[in-house]
Amino acid sequence: MSSEPSFFQISYNIFLQYWPMFLKGTIVTLILAIAGTLTGTVIGLLIGVVRTIPTHPHDSTFKKILLKILNIILTIYIEVFRGTPMIVQSMVIFYGVPILFGIKLGVFQAAYFIVSINTGAYMSEIVRGGILSIDKGQFEASSSIGMSHFQTMVNVVMPQVIRNILPATGNEFVINIKDTSVLNVIGVSELFFASKSIAGNNFKYFEVYLITSIIYLICTYSVTQLLRFAERRIEGRDSYTIHGSTTLTDSKFEIRPGRS
Amino acid sequence: MKDKVIEVNHLSKNFGENEVLKDIHFEVYSGEVVCIIGSSGSGKSTLLRCINLLETATTGEILYRGTDINTPGFSTTQYRTKLGMVFQQFNLFKNKTVLGNCTLGPIKVLKKSKEEARKTALKYLDVVGMADYIEAKPAQLSGGQQQRVAIARALCMEPDAILFDEPTSALDPETIGEVLKVMKELAKSGLTMLIVTHEMEFARDVSSRVVFMDNGIIAEENTPENIFTNPNNPRTREFLKRTLDK
Repeated sequence: MSSEPSFFQISYNIFLQYWPMFLKGTIVTLILAIAGTLTGTVIGLLIGVVRTIPTHPHDSTFKKILLKILNIILTIYIEVFRGTPMIVQSMVIFYGVPILFGIKLGVFQAAYFIVSINTGAYMSEIVRGGILSIDKGQFEASSSIGMSHFQTMVNVVMPQVIRNILPATGNEFVINIKDTSVLNVIGVSELFFASKSIAGNNFKYFEVYLITSIIYLICTYSVTQLLRFAERRIEGRDSYTIHGSTTLTDSKFEIRPGRS
Repeated sequence: MKDKVIEVNHLSKNFGENEVLKDIHFEVYSGEVVCIIGSSGSGKSTLLRCINLLETATTGEILYRGTDINTPGFSTTQYRTKLGMVFQQFNLFKNKTVLGNCTLGPIKVLKKSKEEARKTALKYLDVVGMADYIEAKPAQLSGGQQQRVAIARALCMEPDAILFDEPTSALDPETIGEVLKVMKELAKSGLTMLIVTHEMEFARDVSSRVVFMDNGIIAEENTPENIFTNPNNPRTREFLKRTLDK
């Protein structure tokens, strides 16, 4: 007489039986999180640059008014998307866009749009903070050699800002991996949606969602580690070579600071 | 008569209620080394920053080689490339190497080729004695080394004049010497320099003219010999007595 299968056996069997569904869900989740975070970061960087454009008393009234209007629009965007839950935004956008604009959105398109625009709202504030944290001297030095605001941003400020906001961006990425789960309300077949279908099939809710949690955890942990690695790479070499002569580069020795 | 590089007329600058510069008139001729001295808060740095448009003057005009810089069509960007600036806090681009700091302006603003910019950079880094450190990042250098790179960065734009805003005030006494030495060499080479400084000995040795500022006005302006040995204004006398006695 065979004994009752243990809890672990049940879970293992569920995994063996349904792994293609779990995998598909995980892939959709990761794609949405990656694409959404990247697009959101780009949105954030652009808005950050626009919101920190300096105005001079010499500027034309047109430029001043234009910037003012742009700033108001951007502020509304940020406040609205930070101030409402993503699950509600999903419903409003998915069902509202076809009614208001007559555009039929695919489920995945809608999901990508929602994650991006949501992340963009958070990232633009992070970027703005990052730009404000850059020493004023960096801007002054740039303008003293005649660089425009745009040139200064691209060549001097943004590389420093991106380095500084990388931890916060990683944070957004991890949040997105988890929060894409709310998109199941509009029927996106991400990991939570897949889990719901599986559990609906076999009624083993606890086992299924335990597997789901482990998959989420593996995803978020891997991402965190990858970002750590990226941060170290961006730091660059902490040693440099002194060239004994700039024409004979083979006569050189290396200086290494104490820290590893 | 030498060319007038910069002319400042009736310049005043208010920060709120506080009048920092009062009706300044001031000129710099080509090849001159002008040192501006005076106690803290007398408006020296503000004057320099107004000239380089880092601050907007409240009233008055600034002429560059005879043209008002507020003339419509006058390119302030171009104007700034003609005036180098060296800051008290060095302000090297933290994300760039020594070489990158020196080539960025020539490549992006002067539209030089990479090769050409590199050549110019190496030439001027050699002048300031930093050519061996082209790969280093600013954070890996000492204050004196950073300031010398900052001077090279300004030189790479091949400007008409360089403005120095207390270039040695953030340095320790040991490294002040290396920066002053570089500046002395530049002065000898005929570069037009406008220097705000607290280094009286340096001002006496290299200047063609010394300007003493007090409370937002130019209190006295003369050759270094006259200022340091025979000042006309009692305020100058008092200031020099206080600083030289230290």
